[in-house]
Amino acid sequence: MTGALSAAVSIGFHGLAFAMVLYLISVGLSVTMGLMGFVNLAHGVFAMLGGYVMTSLMNGWGVPFALALAAAALAGAAASIPLERLLYRRFYGGEELDQVLLTMGLIFMSVAGATHLWGPLTQHMQPPGWLSGHFDLGGRSFPAYRSFLIVCGAVLVTALWLGLERTRFGAQVRAAVDNLRMAQSVGINTSRLFMLTFALGSGLAGLGGGLGADLLAISPSYALQYLVYFIIVVAVGGLGSIRGPFVAALLIGVADTAFKYLLPELGAFFIYALTMALLLWRPQGLFGRA
Amino acid sequence: MLGNALRPRLLAAAAVLFSASAFGAAEAQTVKIGIINSYSGFVAQAADEMQKGIDLYAKLHEKDLPPGVKVELIKRDDTSNPETGKRLAQELITRDQVQLLAGVVLSPVAAAVAPLTAEAKVPLVLTNAAGVQLTRLSPYVVRTSFTLWQQCDPIGKWAAEQGWKTGFTEVTDFIAGHDSENAFVKGFTDGGGKILDSVRYPMQNPDFVPFVQRVKDAHPDVAFLWVPAQTQATAMMNAIRDLGLREAGIHIVSAQDLLPDEELPKMGDTPLGLITAGNYSTAADRPANKAFLAAWSKEYGDQSIPDFFSVGGWDGMTAIFDLIKQTKGKFTGDEAIAFLSHWKNPDSPRGPIEIDPNTRDIVQNIYIREVKKIDGRLANVEIATIPMVKDPWKELNPPK
Amino acid sequence: MAAEAARAAVVEAFARRHRFRPLEAVPWLIAAAGYFLLPQYLTLGAQIFATILFVLSADLVLGYAGIVTLGQAAFFGTGAYTAGILAANGWGEPLSGLAAAALAAALVGFLSGLVILRTGGLALLIQTLIVATTLYEAANKASWLTGGDDGLQGVVEWPIFGVFRFDMLGRVAYVYCLAVLFVGWLAARLVVHSPFGRSLTGARENIARMHAIGAPVARRRLIVYTISAALAGASGALIAQTTSFVGLTSLSLERSGNALIMLIIGGVGRLYGAFIGVPLFMIAQDRFAEIDPVYWYFWLGLLMVAVVVFARGGVLGLVERLWASAGR
Repeated sequence: MTGALSAAVSIGFHGLAFAMVLYLISVGLSVTMGLMGFVNLAHGVFAMLGGYVMTSLMNGWGVPFALALAAAALAGAAASIPLERLLYRRFYGGEELDQVLLTMGLIFMSVAGATHLWGPLTQHMQPPGWLSGHFDLGGRSFPAYRSFLIVCGAVLVTALWLGLERTRFGAQVRAAVDNLRMAQSVGINTSRLFMLTFALGSGLAGLGGGLGADLLAISPSYALQYLVYFIIVVAVGGLGSIRGPFVAALLIGVADTAFKYLLPELGAFFIYALTMALLLWRPQGLFGRA
Repeated sequence: MLGNALRPRLLAAAAVLFSASAFGAAEAQTVKIGIINSYSGFVAQAADEMQKGIDLYAKLHEKDLPPGVKVELIKRDDTSNPETGKRLAQELITRDQVQLLAGVVLSPVAAAVAPLTAEAKVPLVLTNAAGVQLTRLSPYVVRTSFTLWQQCDPIGKWAAEQGWKTGFTEVTDFIAGHDSENAFVKGFTDGGGKILDSVRYPMQNPDFVPFVQRVKDAHPDVAFLWVPAQTQATAMMNAIRDLGLREAGIHIVSAQDLLPDEELPKMGDTPLGLITAGNYSTAADRPANKAFLAAWSKEYGDQSIPDFFSVGGWDGMTAIFDLIKQTKGKFTGDEAIAFLSHWKNPDSPRGPIEIDPNTRDIVQNIYIREVKKIDGRLANVEIATIPMVKDPWKELNPPK
Repeated sequence: MAAEAARAAVVEAFARRHRFRPLEAVPWLIAAAGYFLLPQYLTLGAQIFATILFVLSADLVLGYAGIVTLGQAAFFGTGAYTAGILAANGWGEPLSGLAAAALAAALVGFLSGLVILRTGGLALLIQTLIVATTLYEAANKASWLTGGDDGLQGVVEWPIFGVFRFDMLGRVAYVYCLAVLFVGWLAARLVVHSPFGRSLTGARENIARMHAIGAPVARRRLIVYTISAALAGASGALIAQTTSFVGLTSLSLERSGNALIMLIIGGVGRLYGAFIGVPLFMIAQDRFAEIDPVYWYFWLGLLMVAVVVFARGGVLGLVERLWASAGR
């Protein structure tokens, strides 16, 4: 009995850590898609960039963990600005096909660019000493780094929620997501809002990519490999929401882990079946607007 | 009407042929070899390693060719797609008139190409594709790399010999994974061990924790954990580390795919003590390997590390060059395959190797290696040798 | 007299709508010439024709019905495996295998469309992806039937009409694929130029208005989805039959994605985009991919971005604009 309980705790724990990484990376995508009506399949590229920046700094230059993480987030945000200004804004609210193809093209370029800059092999991340190893809690041993991920996720979702609910910027974002025309007529500079929100979302993705480098391995095909996970989380959660992807990431992350543990033979199918069922029941996502 | 236009052409052609045969002895003989590789796609890294091995051998041994004989390698990219590979093979045979085909990373591509070799009587030297059935698909296919049965059956037996009574296998759910699972189970149970359970995980899988947790729950003496080379090795290592599998007293074994030599330096200390079965390790002590490594780093730099893909390509070229030296570059498909089927090389970087004439598959030493720290770097150190292993699957499944 | 005149007017309108313009004969003339002028490239040609049929099916669903899908390979693969499994198990007659493949793919298209076409946008996109991925995993699991990752072995195609054997030089394959493409193209053309096809364009451009005039939009989208699936299935069968092999790559995301790329390069929603995009892409890939695979991906991505930003209608779109500015 203790064996089963122990396994359940372990599965729940690891699933939660996985969910947190998924959330961190996907939340930016949800907000920007809801805000700008832009299907950004290349969102994973920012996460990948964050991951590469982080691992390069840590492995190549011995930069400390926290600093490298900050750099990862900044890299994501910085890279998004020229992209948004020059390319993406032409297609806001435009044809979905254009957006799909544009961002697919960007993904291809990112695969080539990453291979050229960092080579085809996976980048490894060694967590810093104070986050390595295990710690004991209630007679069980938990890996320190995954625990850290869970804490980070919780802190960030709280910060985001507070930011959205309590700041003026957040209010503007909510207004624009709700009704863009109205927001514009009230005098909100939606163009600048888009740019800042996009930068924030991409920065978060960079952060998530760096933090999650242990879980979602950093390699040139990162943006392609994990694309399915990110858009599933966003679609199931609902666009333009912060809560949505959180619940969806929890669902997907924990359920995926649990199901693979219980029925490994059908491990691949479960997530797809669940996603399809959810999308058929609520096509706009759990927290999306109909 | 056509005859009038054709006749002068026929005459011209005859003249060329006649003069060519008259001067045949003095003409340069170029042996064209079609290399089909997966330069683009998810196995590009493996393809690159294999190509480097092929190119290095060809470059270093050009001077060993008989006078007047040249080798031309025609490289084509199958983009990891079997139907493209098949079309390329067709074109290499009909358009470029190659005398031999070589290479191929992926088993499905090899499976698509194999029937062509029988139809055209052009031999295919497989320098990587490891599907057990491949050499049976056509009498013109020979392999210089390895099969998974060849590696995983011996390590199963070896694990049982260590006194480990209970085992647990986890592999990726596709044919290569099934091969390694079946092979390990056979070897382990033959040696008296008992398999507690076998789990298979989906091909696209970022996190192995849920699967490795099951191993921990069952608490076997030994766990056989297999992933295809390169893509998921890190994730598997992380799961092993995070769940503290070895701290729980479970021994972990795998095939060389889990710990490729070029990835090992970047994996931190987690792999220390892990045991794998493989046909080649860069840490091997033999003189042929030292020479190989020296030539490699001279050509490709110190940062580049060869692995078993490279050796497969290298040895494939060795076989082909031996064929060319023996026949002075003139051979029919049947002559070539007869030679290749009986080919031996006592001095490969991986030790002695030979081709089994009955199966046209490779026979080689399989080494049990343990990850140790040598000069501050991790290496797969050979701790045991199982000599001249024939592919067990073919022994157990004779052709109908 | 009035009735006669009315009937004549209807026939006239129908003929006008479906009239063949001389320019439309060009691709077929080029293809026929190719047989004689490029005898060493016939296998490539056959694969190009089969792929054109596949991308044409994507154009129907994407360009005309406005359904953005990343799962077209599901139907291609269904067709390929149907034809392949039949041939591997004793029934190698190509034409009936082709028909069975198209039917099987149509069935998958119909059933999946019935379930998922109710949604749209991102949700629909993901669901098309899920259908294809599920089939991929299922094909991998059922390796006793499909050969799994190693691919289907023992696919032996009988000669067409008992006479034309698929030869090493690809001659029979070339003519066979071209013929099937021709039939598929006729079918697509018929759909597109019919009132049914027009209503699809209407639905794509202003769905609210279509609902307002009472057009059965949902049913028509399902019908075109099914037809597109049938064509995709036929193209899968062509590849399976002419290469005597079926692998998991016939169901891959890459295959679906490549179809979209080829389509956008040629031009979406213009029926002939496939005829331009496919040869351009496949020949470029054949020539350049191995020179430097890393750069191939880069330039391909850049091209896609450039096409979307500057040449929205692809090559055909550019041609149209040139034509218009030249002042016909």
